[in-house]
Amino acid sequence: MCLTSCPTYELTHLETSSPRGRIKLIKSVAEGILPVTDTFAYEMNFCLDCQACETACPAGVRYGRMVEAARVEIEKHGYGSFVKSFCLKTIIPHKNRLKAAAVLLRIYRKSGMQKFIRSTKILSLFFPKLAEIEMFSPEIPDKFSDSFISEINNPPGEVKYRLAFSYGCLMNVMLPEVNKDTVELLNKIGAVVVSPARQSCCGSLNAHNGDMKTARELASKNIREFGRYEYDYLISNSAGCGAFMKEYGELFKDDEELAQQAAEFSARVKDITEFLAETDLPSFKNKPDESVTYHDACHLVHTQKIYSEPRDVLNNIPGIKLVPLTDSTKCCGSAGIYNLLHTGTSLELLKEKMDNIKKTGAEIVLTGNPGCMLQIKYGAKTFNTNLRVEHTVSFFNRHI
Amino acid sequence: MNSSVKEKIRNIVGVKNFSDSAEDKLTYSADATPLFNQLPEAIVFPQNEEQVSNLIKLANHEQFAVVPRGSGTGLSGGAVPAENSLLIVMTRWNKILEIDPANLTALVEPGVITGALQNEVEKLGLFYPPDPGSLNVCTIGGNVANNAGGLRGLKYGVTKNYVLGVEMILPDGELLKSGGKNMKDVAGYNLRDFIVGSEGTLGIITKILLKLIPKPTSSITLLAYFDKLNDAARAVAGIISAHITPSMMEFLDKTTISCVEDYTHIGLPVGSEAVLLIEVDGRGSIVQEDADTIQHLLKKNNCTFVKSARNKTESDLLKTARRSAFSALARKRPTAILEDATVPRSELPVMIEKVNEAADKFDVVFGNFGHAGDGNIHPTCLTDERDKNEILKAHRAFEFIFNEAIKLGGTITGEHGTGLAKKQFLENVAGLPGLEMMKRIKTAIDPNNILNPGKIFTLKPKCEVLTTSPPLI
Repeated sequence: MCLTSCPTYELTHLETSSPRGRIKLIKSVAEGILPVTDTFAYEMNFCLDCQACETACPAGVRYGRMVEAARVEIEKHGYGSFVKSFCLKTIIPHKNRLKAAAVLLRIYRKSGMQKFIRSTKILSLFFPKLAEIEMFSPEIPDKFSDSFISEINNPPGEVKYRLAFSYGCLMNVMLPEVNKDTVELLNKIGAVVVSPARQSCCGSLNAHNGDMKTARELASKNIREFGRYEYDYLISNSAGCGAFMKEYGELFKDDEELAQQAAEFSARVKDITEFLAETDLPSFKNKPDESVTYHDACHLVHTQKIYSEPRDVLNNIPGIKLVPLTDSTKCCGSAGIYNLLHTGTSLELLKEKMDNIKKTGAEIVLTGNPGCMLQIKYGAKTFNTNLRVEHTVSFFNRHI
Repeated sequence: MNSSVKEKIRNIVGVKNFSDSAEDKLTYSADATPLFNQLPEAIVFPQNEEQVSNLIKLANHEQFAVVPRGSGTGLSGGAVPAENSLLIVMTRWNKILEIDPANLTALVEPGVITGALQNEVEKLGLFYPPDPGSLNVCTIGGNVANNAGGLRGLKYGVTKNYVLGVEMILPDGELLKSGGKNMKDVAGYNLRDFIVGSEGTLGIITKILLKLIPKPTSSITLLAYFDKLNDAARAVAGIISAHITPSMMEFLDKTTISCVEDYTHIGLPVGSEAVLLIEVDGRGSIVQEDADTIQHLLKKNNCTFVKSARNKTESDLLKTARRSAFSALARKRPTAILEDATVPRSELPVMIEKVNEAADKFDVVFGNFGHAGDGNIHPTCLTDERDKNEILKAHRAFEFIFNEAIKLGGTITGEHGTGLAKKQFLENVAGLPGLEMMKRIKTAIDPNNILNPGKIFTLKPKCEVLTTSPPLI
């Protein structure tokens, strides 16, 4: 059942690059039949960890956990690449370094350096991998969202909910306007929004790539920082972050000190669309003119099993033209930092996604994860379409 | 297989299409059948007929076995590598070459996914009915090799009813073309039908010509709840004897219902002893008339509730839920061994009782579901392959079930094939003359026993065959 749900199997038609094949390999390594080899490491990283196979599996096999455990194993055997470890260990866990990197990227793009480098193709000559990555370098906004989101954001009227908000790291740096829209929207529906200044990256990118140590450090920091506030739910607008914060309980279940706190923390995490779907909404001020379609982020639909909620929320908007997207639950190829590590595969998946979006005729594609947004934005530019990419929340906020 | 032979294989298919890595050998060592596995010596992805032919010629010359494989969803071990074998994987032969709306035919490569073909022909208002449970994964080549059935077999028949022609590389490397677009063709032996169900022992299929039919324009899907399994079985008999042929009539027992509901959350009645999933299709008002008669017959047989799917989405959900039954049963225990004993439809209630008897007698747990309308049931033993004692009990229970099925005029396999899993029981159902004839045909066509050896039967010196009875595994 899982084979045809797997994007890498669909591309290769190789059993070894399918969920069933990878499970066989993981089992063989665990049983000592197979040593950790180059091919094993390659296969574990070639997997997008999109978990579409989990959705497809009637037997309920938790494939994601198996592949993430296998990645820990290959890390131990020293199979991490430079790009991966630089992103995951040196930059992403440190909010300030991530921001500094983004500022450098902003300067790089604005100074004309980018034009020079791209036109001369100098990078591909010396560092072909870096050239591939350079291609993905997105526009960097002038302000990051933590500079304008206060610690406590009060609603204009009566207080109905007390919510905490995790602004994420990618979302914060690359798509700050989504965070602005989220806080604005939550205020509109009567929520006090608490966003701790010292919150950290959720650790998901590290955990998904075999670096559990950093992931746990980041998670415990978040449990501590959010623990200083009273709130009903912790809202996330990044599918990957929400999914991982829901797993903190599992992550610390054997940790005497943190087990209970972590479980309580996780129990209150909700994706923004999950929260909206069960909330009374104020009336809508205007009718959308544009037709829209919706792409399911893997970590929303496959990991958090959130499929109908965003659609229900959008269908509340009177007169909305929501066009169904073929294979909406198939990975767009972003998959964390996959696009930087397996650029070719990522681009093939992106092309398929863009073709399907094009067929809907929609002017706007909505989704719930920064990785997908950046990837599809890159796709819109590369394949030269006028498609707009928006977070579900931003679209919703414009019409409420 | 030594390195010089591997070098020759690599020269035929090219380096890119060859692998003998430890990882690939492991992942290709089994299909979907529990308990059977064997590492191949190497795996190839041939690009064209000529390469397949050269591989087979080399196999004859160098004395290694050749095992064809599609998606590896088979449930009788048919695609499990043999000893000293080269595995030929056909999944990349996945083009639909032609859909001919004037003759209602489709010409396909063997690696086309069954569900994908159905989607394509349905866009043109046409229909390819055979629908094995794994239709979203399995290949047409595998379906033809095993004469696969499915949920719609009751009304529309099985794969063999839709194969008009086959192209196949024979064990001597020659290309056989049999059949064509003619609706009538009696020239010589009917080789085409003989190839269907030959489980890869007679050649490697490279092209298939399929018959299509017009797509039914309307359908009604019903889900009937029962407090007693026997009532459900009687309702099935009642519907058949009222001369109504639904396009599917599937039953699920209590264990299966609860596992499927755990996975799908579509509101199946977990308290019921059995459900029947029934679909009628066709054109015009007759569909509704049939559905009404069926509802009446269901009530008459103590059905407690009938739910009618309100739209196509609901109907598809129910059918997808049914197709997930086998895998969903694996929620209960780590290993699910599925069989497909089949009896004449009228004997279905007896057969279901016999499965329950086997469960009690041998102290094992069964989930039971299947194609009630065909008398084709899927007793699925929920067990753990690490527990050798329990596996032995499961085998005894299956032996009992097969023998009871044969006593009722039934067969050991309705749609999965004989493969490795059921070859020890073949003689009981085919008889010694039947088995001998099969072996003589195999030996005549494949004298070096190159193609998928050890599947369906074991070729042994004649005296041994005559004196041994099937071992208990």
